[in-house]
Amino acid sequence: MQLLYFGWVRGKIGTDRETIEIPDGVTDVKGLISWLRRRGKGYAEALAEPLVVRVAVNQELADLDQPVTSSDEIAVFPPMTGG
Amino acid sequence: MIKVQSEDFDVGTEIEHLSKGDIGIGGLACFVGLVRDIADDERISSMILEHYPGMTERQLAKIEAEARKRWQLNEVLIIHRYGKLTPGDRIVLVATTSAHRDAALESCRFLIDWLKTKAPFWKLENTESGERWVEARESDTVAEERWIIPGTAGDKPID
Repeated sequence: MQLLYFGWVRGKIGTDRETIEIPDGVTDVKGLISWLRRRGKGYAEALAEPLVVRVAVNQELADLDQPVTSSDEIAVFPPMTGG
Repeated sequence: MIKVQSEDFDVGTEIEHLSKGDIGIGGLACFVGLVRDIADDERISSMILEHYPGMTERQLAKIEAEARKRWQLNEVLIIHRYGKLTPGDRIVLVATTSAHRDAALESCRFLIDWLKTKAPFWKLENTESGERWVEARESDTVAEERWIIPGTAGDKPID
């Protein structure tokens, strides 16, 4: 799956995108965020408060229980500040 | 119409183009957002507006569609810039046209309120004490929620 990071999430993780194999046991957004938090210090800091970050699956905002698959584009980012 | 671009725009040209040839339009409302020089008591020298290409256009199109459901509009134009901007620069233009002023004025306010919290942009400000990300504001969420119609589909935030 393709992972994209924006705003301070990108800043803390240290990259704007990466391609990963879907981890064993990960079936939804919540599972993916939990798995990412264990990947390293930057990830843990960026995702310390899962309710603060927003997740989009294939460019549509997603809830924590939304299923994810290996072909998805998943973006993780802070609350949006347009305008 | 949605335009996401790094280059500046000319307000007069855009507005003239929006209403040209449609004599059924009775009013045009327009909001232009600018980069302010001071935020939270700190002077801003520049900012970088980051966005999520693809999702930005989709979200703005949804917001336009929502406005068209709520008001009888002839034209809707949203131009949102990204990239490096400095104080005084234009960031965003929202313009609406309608047969009557209420629809044009209200929908214009609705569009700018909703895109504040629903369009995937993030602002990195360059201040005297270094770089900082602009945090989402409670006042923007309050402004967004003003437009929620209780007990309707609008009750649920669009996503």
